[in-house]
Amino acid sequence: MQEAGRIIRVNGPLILARNVPRARIGDVVHLGNEKLIGEIVRIKEDIVAIQCYEDTSGLKPREPVINTNEPLVAELGPGLLGQIFDGLEFSEIKLHEVYGPFIKRGVKIEKLDRKKKWEFVPKVKVGDEVTSGDVLGIVQETPLIEHRILVPIPLETYKPIEGKIKEIYEGKFNITETIAVIETKEGKTLNISMLQKWPVRIPRPYKARLKLEEPLITGQRVIDTFFPIAKGGTAAIPGGFGTGKTVTLQQLAKWSDADIIIYIGCGERGNEMADVIDKFPKLRDPRTGRLLIERSVFIANVSNLPVYARESSIYLGVTIGEYFRDQGYSVAIMADSTSRWAEALRDISGRLEEIPAERGFPAYLAERIAEFYERAGRVVTYGKDNRVGSLTIMGAVSPPGGDFSEPVTSITLRFVETLWALDKELAFKRHFPAIDWLMSLSKYHAALRKYWERIDPDFAALREKAISLLEEASKIEQIARIVGEKSLPEDQRLVLLASEIIREGFLVQNAFHPVDTFCPPEKQARMLRAIMEFYNLTYPLVEKGVPVEMIRGLKVSFTVPGRESEEELSLIMLLERMKEWSDVGKIDELRVKMKEAIRKLAEEYGL
Amino acid sequence: MDKAGIVYKTVSEIRGPLLVVEGVRGAKYNELVEVRLPDGREMIGSVLDTHEDKAIVQVFGRTEGLELNASVRLTGEVVKIPLSNDLIGRVFSGSFEPLDNLPPPVGDEEREVFFSVINPAAREPPSEFIQTGISVIDGMNSLVRGQKLPFFSEAGLPHNVIAAQVARQATIPGKEEDFAIVFVAMGIKHEEFAYFRKEFEETGALNRAVMILNLAEDPVIERIIAPRIGLTIAEYLAFEHDMHILVILTDMTNYAEALRSISVAREEVPARKGYPGYLYTDLATIYERAGKVKGKKGSVTLMPILTMPGGDMTHPVPDLTGYITEGQLILDRELNARGIYPPINPLPSLSRLMKDGIGVEKVGDEIIVKTREDHPDVANQLYMAYAEGVKARGLARIIGEIGLSERERLYLKFADKFERKFINQGVYENRSIEQTLEIAWELLAELPEEDLIRIKESNIRKYHPKYRSKQSLS
Ligand SMILES: Nc1ncnc2c1ncn2[C@@H]1O[C@H](COP(=O)(O)OP(=O)(O)OP(=O)(O)O)[C@@H](O)[C@H]1O
Ligand SMILES: [Mg+2]
Repeated sequence: MQEAGRIIRVNGPLILARNVPRARIGDVVHLGNEKLIGEIVRIKEDIVAIQCYEDTSGLKPREPVINTNEPLVAELGPGLLGQIFDGLEFSEIKLHEVYGPFIKRGVKIEKLDRKKKWEFVPKVKVGDEVTSGDVLGIVQETPLIEHRILVPIPLETYKPIEGKIKEIYEGKFNITETIAVIETKEGKTLNISMLQKWPVRIPRPYKARLKLEEPLITGQRVIDTFFPIAKGGTAAIPGGFGTGKTVTLQQLAKWSDADIIIYIGCGERGNEMADVIDKFPKLRDPRTGRLLIERSVFIANVSNLPVYARESSIYLGVTIGEYFRDQGYSVAIMADSTSRWAEALRDISGRLEEIPAERGFPAYLAERIAEFYERAGRVVTYGKDNRVGSLTIMGAVSPPGGDFSEPVTSITLRFVETLWALDKELAFKRHFPAIDWLMSLSKYHAALRKYWERIDPDFAALREKAISLLEEASKIEQIARIVGEKSLPEDQRLVLLASEIIREGFLVQNAFHPVDTFCPPEKQARMLRAIMEFYNLTYPLVEKGVPVEMIRGLKVSFTVPGRESEEELSLIMLLERMKEWSDVGKIDELRVKMKEAIRKLAEEYGL
Repeated sequence: MDKAGIVYKTVSEIRGPLLVVEGVRGAKYNELVEVRLPDGREMIGSVLDTHEDKAIVQVFGRTEGLELNASVRLTGEVVKIPLSNDLIGRVFSGSFEPLDNLPPPVGDEEREVFFSVINPAAREPPSEFIQTGISVIDGMNSLVRGQKLPFFSEAGLPHNVIAAQVARQATIPGKEEDFAIVFVAMGIKHEEFAYFRKEFEETGALNRAVMILNLAEDPVIERIIAPRIGLTIAEYLAFEHDMHILVILTDMTNYAEALRSISVAREEVPARKGYPGYLYTDLATIYERAGKVKGKKGSVTLMPILTMPGGDMTHPVPDLTGYITEGQLILDRELNARGIYPPINPLPSLSRLMKDGIGVEKVGDEIIVKTREDHPDVANQLYMAYAEGVKARGLARIIGEIGLSERERLYLKFADKFERKFINQGVYENRSIEQTLEIAWELLAELPEEDLIRIKESNIRKYHPKYRSKQSLS
C-alpha cells in the first residue's frame, strides 16, 4: 500500500493534513477515498495546508492523503484545439459524455485524448542534430493550425537538451506513442511522444524577448484606432457589472488576428461559456475563412465550481498559450475575470489566517498579478530556426461597486500597458463598447505607428485630432449641462456635433451587428478620415458665421448600399451610418458628395 | 433518538448559530446534523468545519434557547432531500418541514442540496422568449427561459406585485407546456407572503407551486438552506420531469445577512460592509443553478428579488448579484412617486440574454422567428431616446424648460410620454409583444426620422407608422 498522510481538518476547500510523505509546495495530492485533487500550498512542521480543486462535501478527518510527488502540470499536445477544459484540464465535453450534465466529485478521466490517432509528419531525419525547441514534425490538428511537435525541455532540469535523432517515425500515432528517439549529448536515450507536460506555475523559457511592433488587430474601432494593443502586449478591461467586459473579450476572441485564441472563463457565468461554445463552431475568421473553433481553446471554470480551481484555470491557460507561442504562433489570451482569481487567493489566505493587506487580500496579490502579465511578450523561441512567437494577455477586472481604486484594479493597472476603462454611464446609454475615451490609454501608439502609416499616412494626426475634439466636447458638455446647448457659441456647438458623429459613427460598435461586428483597419482609417474632413471643412464656415443648424441640416443625394436609387439624405445621418456598409468604396463616395455639399453651402453664404 | 448515526452530548461552545462539538471523530464536511434540545425541540444543521476531534456545526433553527446540553446526531450523510413530483402543491419550512399538515415527503430519489453544478459544456444557451405581458420587460429587457434575472428594489416599492404579475402572465407565445413555480421566502413579512399566496390562489397557480417558507419571525440561519432546497426541487422537476420552472427567491438581502452572521460568528476577515469575501462565490452557487441542459426539455428560470439597503446599488448584495445574474431589473423610487407602474427604470436595467431571445434569426437558410424583426432595433432606439429625454429633464430642472433647445424639448416630451404610455400599465394588463412594439412605434414616430439611427432602414420602411399608413393608402 502507498504511504499516505492523514487529513486532520476540512475547512471548506482548505484541508490540513499531517505526515504527508515528502511534501513540497506545489505537489499535487489525492484527498480521501474519493481521491479529490488538491495542491500543497503551505508547510509547517509535519502539517501541510492543501487547497482542494474539487467540492469537499463528504470529506472527513482521518481520510488518507496521497502525494503524487508531481506539480500541477498541463498536458500539451494535439487535442487541445476546440476543447473546453475545466480548471484542471479535464475536458468538459468528455465529462458530459461520461457523467451526464452535472459535475461530479472525484471523477478521473484522462486530460488529453489518448486514443485518437494523429497523422505525424516528421521534419527531421535519423542522424540530425537537434536541440530543445526544434520541430520534430507536424500534425495538421485542424485545417487551420499545424501543430508543431518540438523537442521538449525535460522536466527534471528545465534546461534545454542537445542530441541526435536515433529514430523517427511517420504515420498515425496516438499522443503517448513514441514518435522519435533522441540520444542526448550526455549519452541518454529519450523516447519522445507527442504528449508533453509542463508545470503550470513555471513560465516556459525562450531565447530572447523582442520589441513589440505589430498590432493585434481586433476589428474593434475604439481599440484598434484609439487604444491599441500590440501582439505580445498586455491589457486590462475593468468595469462594473454589465459594462461590457465579457462581450468585449468575446469580440476579441472572435475577431483578433492572432493565430491561436485561449479564452479563460474564470469564475464567471455558465451560460456565457455555453454561448461561446455554441457560437464558435459556426463563426468564420474573416481573414482565413476558416471556422473560429479551429484555432481556439476554452477553459470554463465557472463561478459555482470550486473556487481554487480558478487559480489553476488561469495558470493552465497561460501555459497552453506559451506552448503555442513556442511553436511560433501569435497567441492571444482573454481572462474573464482576473478578479475572481484574486478572490480565490483572498479566500485561501483568509482561511490560513494570514495577515491581510487591503480589503482582506493577501500582501502577495501584487506579486501574483505581476507574474501573470509578465508571461506575455514577443519572443524568439528555442530551436534552431529562431521562430518568433507572441503571447498577448488581456484580463477583465471586476471592481466591487465599480470602484477602480479597489486593490485588484489598482494593482492590475500598474502592470498592464493598455487600459480599456469601462464606464457605467456609457453602458446605461447603451453606448457600446462602453470604453471611456477620456480614461483609457495605450502605451503602444509609437510602436504601432508604422503599421498605420502604411494604411493612411495621416492616421496618427487624425486620431489625435479626434481625441482632442472629444476632450473639448466633454468640457463643453459640462457647461451645456448648466446653461443649455442653445446658449453656447456656434463654434462650440460644432464641436458637439462633430463629437456626436465620432461617438455615434465611430466609437459605438454593436457587437451583434452583422457587418459592424468586425471593422477592418482600412475601413477604420477611411471612416476616421471622412469624419475629420467633415469637421475640418465645416469649421471655417462656422467661423465665418454659418449657423450650425444649417450644417446639421445638410443633405446629399446618395445611394445607400442595398437601395436602388439616389435619395436626398441627411449627411450627418450618413456619416453615422457608414459603419454599417461593407463596401468601403461607398465611404469615399460619401466624402466626395460631402465636400460638394459643404462647398455649395459656403457659396450660399457668399464664401 | 433511535435513528442511525452517532449521538454526541459534547457541545462545548455556542457562538451565534455555531455549535462546537467536541470528541467528534471524523465528521464529514457538509454532513447533515440533527440537534435535539432538552426541551424536545429539534433542528437540523450541517458541518462547516471538521477537525480530528471536533466539529463546528451551523444550525438552521432558532438560536434562542440553544444550550450546551444539546444532543447532536451526525447522520453520516451530506445534506440531501427526497424528491418526487408529488412535491408540487406543497408547502414546507425553510428546512423542509411540512407546513401543510401533510406527511413528510417520500422521494423517488435523493439529491444533495449544497453542491449542484451544471457542466458548462452541457448547458443549452437560453434563447426562448418569455412573454411577461409587461412592456418595459418584454420590449426592453426581455426574459428568456433558463435566465436568472433579479429585481433590485427598495423597501416600499411594488416588487412583489410585479413578481406576482410575471408569475401570473409568463407564457411562451404559442406554446402550452408543463410549468410550475418554486417560491422561496426568506425573511419576508407575513403580509408579503399573504399577498403571494392570495395571488397564486386566485389564479390557480397554488397547485402548480412548491413553497419554501422562512418568514421574518423564522430562524435566520434557515435562510442559508431554504433557497438551496427550492433549487434542488426546481432542478429535479426541470431535468427529470421536463417541466419549466420559474423560481422566485425573495428577499436575497435577508439571505446574505444570514450568511454574514455565520461569518461574523466564525470571526472571519470581512471583505466589504462586514460581508465575507466568499459572498460572490456563495451567491453564485445559488444563482448559477438556473439554466437549460442539452437534451433535456425543462428549464429553470430564476427571479431573485432583493432590496437594496438605502437604495444603494453599490452595496455588496446588489453589486455581487449583478456580477452573477444575467442582467437586472431596477425599480425606481422616482418613477413610483410619479405613479408609474411598474416603476422599472429601463436605463440601468439590462437583460443580457435578450438578444438571443428576440427578433428574427437566420441560421443558414432557416429563419427563426422569435418575436419580430424590428424588436432589437426598437429596443435600442427607445433606450437612446429615453436617455436623451432624461438628460433634457435634468437640464430643465436647472435652467427651466424655456432654456431648452427645440430638440431637447422634443426629447423631454418623448420621455414623459414614454413613461406614461409605454412603461405604465395595469397590474392586470397583459400586453402581447406586438402591442408593446406598436406602442413603441407610436412614440418613436414623434421623433425626426433621421434621429432613428439605431433602427435599420428596412425596419423603418416596414414598421414606421408614417410608411405604413402610406402603404395602406396605396
Ligand atoms: N459591443 C457591444 N455591443 C452591443 N452590446 C454590448 C456590447 N458590449 C456590451 N453590450 C451589452 O452589455 C451587456 C453586458 O455586457 P457584458 O456581459 O460584457 O458585461 P460585463 O462587464 O462582462 O459584466 P459582468 O461583470 O457582470 O460579467 C451585454 O449583454 C450586451 O447587452
Ligand atoms: Mg462578464
